[in-house]
Amino acid sequence: MRKMLTIISNVLRGSASRNGARVVVSARTYADFTPQATFDIKKCDLHKLEEGPPLQAMLSREEGLQYYRTMQTMRRMELKADQLYKQKIIRGFCHLYDGQEACAVGIEAGINLSDHLITAYRAHAYTLTRGGTVREIMAELTGRRGGIAKGKGGSMHMYTKNFYGGNGIVGAQVPLGAGVALACKYLGKNELCVCLYGDGAANQGQIFETYNMASLWKLPCIFICENNKYGMGTSVERAAASTDYYKRGDFIPGLRVDGMDILCVREATKFAAEHCRSGKGPILMELQTYRYHGHSMSDPGVSYRTREEIQEVRSKSDPISMLKDRMLSNNMASVEELKEIDVEVRKEIEDAAQFATTDPEPPLDDLCNHIFYNNPPMEVRGTNPWTKLKSVS
Amino acid sequence: MASLRCFLRSGKNAVTAVLRREFHGTPPAAVQVTVRDALNQAMDEELERDERVFLLGEEVAQYDGAYKVSRGLWKKYGDKRIIDTPITEMGFAGIAVGAAMAGLRPICEFMTFNFSMQAIDQVINSAAKTYYMSAGLQSVPIVFRGPNGASAGVAAQHSQCFAAWYGHCPGLKVVSPWSAEDARGLLKSAIRDDNPVVFLENELMYGVPFEMSEEVQSKDFLIPIGKAKIERQGNHITLVSHSRMVSLCLDAAAVLAKEGIECEVINMRTIRPLDAEAIETSIMKTNHLVTVEGGWPQFGIGAEILAWIMEGPAFNYLDAPAVRVTGVDIPMPYAKILEDNSIPQIKDIIFSVKKTLNV
Repeated sequence: MRKMLTIISNVLRGSASRNGARVVVSARTYADFTPQATFDIKKCDLHKLEEGPPLQAMLSREEGLQYYRTMQTMRRMELKADQLYKQKIIRGFCHLYDGQEACAVGIEAGINLSDHLITAYRAHAYTLTRGGTVREIMAELTGRRGGIAKGKGGSMHMYTKNFYGGNGIVGAQVPLGAGVALACKYLGKNELCVCLYGDGAANQGQIFETYNMASLWKLPCIFICENNKYGMGTSVERAAASTDYYKRGDFIPGLRVDGMDILCVREATKFAAEHCRSGKGPILMELQTYRYHGHSMSDPGVSYRTREEIQEVRSKSDPISMLKDRMLSNNMASVEELKEIDVEVRKEIEDAAQFATTDPEPPLDDLCNHIFYNNPPMEVRGTNPWTKLKSVS
Repeated sequence: MASLRCFLRSGKNAVTAVLRREFHGTPPAAVQVTVRDALNQAMDEELERDERVFLLGEEVAQYDGAYKVSRGLWKKYGDKRIIDTPITEMGFAGIAVGAAMAGLRPICEFMTFNFSMQAIDQVINSAAKTYYMSAGLQSVPIVFRGPNGASAGVAAQHSQCFAAWYGHCPGLKVVSPWSAEDARGLLKSAIRDDNPVVFLENELMYGVPFEMSEEVQSKDFLIPIGKAKIERQGNHITLVSHSRMVSLCLDAAAVLAKEGIECEVINMRTIRPLDAEAIETSIMKTNHLVTVEGGWPQFGIGAEILAWIMEGPAFNYLDAPAVRVTGVDIPMPYAKILEDNSIPQIKDIIFSVKKTLNV
């Protein structure tokens, strides 16, 4: 009797330690996942181009999981920022990117980290794709010393290698981006610059000045207009005489791309990068996308558009859902696997938020530092004549 | 071969080319060099020294420069390094700043600083503030240069002095040379500086020759940014000035010397950072101060100097209130008689000195 019980208990213990059904299911479907699939993507509208990007895109399982993870990280990070802002832990300006994830991730998938990128103030997602960590981004939003700019820049002024911010003045980043492209060409390293701006900025004069020079000098510059249909509270119809932003470069070839489909964005970016690297000069991409939040955290975002509109985009065109559906319906991943990624992402964001709320603020000694680079220490006048503050590079 | 081609081009150019060829050979002890040529040589040498340096602006290449400051550079360095831009200041200033961010060392020429107003956002918000906003991640090694202030007969929109506007902003270094030596040493320092420098030249000074010693002619002659120079020693009163007004101060000092009044003339050389110490040391000796500038009085260079002196140790050494001699507080008129009376003249400086000294 005892022998039989021992045998039974051994068997039961054995099966229990195997963690039951979960392991068995994963082990079985892991071998069954489709490693790669081809998807039809929307045709891009073309301007002064004979051919456009391909109408099909290949997606590997690894790529899919990576895009999913990155987009989900962005989404969660922005939503956490929303939460922290409402708790007044983040202050000032906070422009959130949720809804537009396919643009940032798709663009990065089409270029290399050794290429360059510059954007405007809706920049948290790009800081991430360009090498920043969620921790340092969130700590910058909360103004702590562990922030990517040591707390001195804030939401709109985050920088990493080959990422020139984060720029607060609408449109000013476009000539800057062309300048980066000029340096790329000058230094001959076959690098290019992706230069982003919104539908609101697209009417800025300095952008047209930049189109002219970039074209004249054949600068390796991809101009990208993220058209999310609203410049702050003004819809595109009320701001632009021509809303065909991909044509506004006139002599610069352009494409209009579905910015909610990450594969569309990636293929278009690859196409544009090829155009630049072959020495043909600049090219323009309009990404049609949508932001769920208002212009910034001080804008509820419903006075100039309906809740129904926002809801419709969420349910029909959400970039993360689209990718998820594609992967699941082609057996490229399991529901559990994606849920696991969600859990990991949530944890990463929680940890980052924890850091961002507990890290101390920058020391007052840092107040006057970083005025000049490579400069001997100097004195800076404080608020009154007797206060002389120290400043080092 | 190069000089033969030069000769065939045009007489005037040929002469200058020959003079310069001789120049780069074995320089004699001291030579007469105009401010224009000093700037030209400084840029030439820095372009040669560092491949990342390049010049862009309107007419800088094939036209040889609107004021001929960049004469010969395009012929020597070509399209890649001397770039003619369209008339789009905001655009090309932004492009210059972006290039600086990505590792190059641009010299961005504004045909005059009046046009820099179109691009001032790029100078301040994109160039000056970036190193601070990025907490030291992103530096911007750029020089913005061009003629500043009043010229002759160019009227209101082309005569403004921007020293006070740029001097106001942290993150910028602002430099205002007077002599050929200043132009040479300060431009070299500005180009080698890893930070945004606003370099304010003066059109009326371009053609003025100055003696340049052998030491100043050397390729590594640099004048440190942030240090003023005493052009003339004196005991009775301190005159502080920058750019062309230094000439007027020296002329006024010469006249006053005949009456036994010895002026100490300080050439600021740098607007920001201000060399307050040099001014204070001088006041502690002379006990009197008059500042002289071409720009408007309100919130200007003189206003700043006077505030510094009030707040600093030199105040107790003043025997009379410090005063400013400035341009008249009006847009610049065109007619010669009006224009002449819109900017400080030697007699205005003499008058102010005597009033301050109560003689």
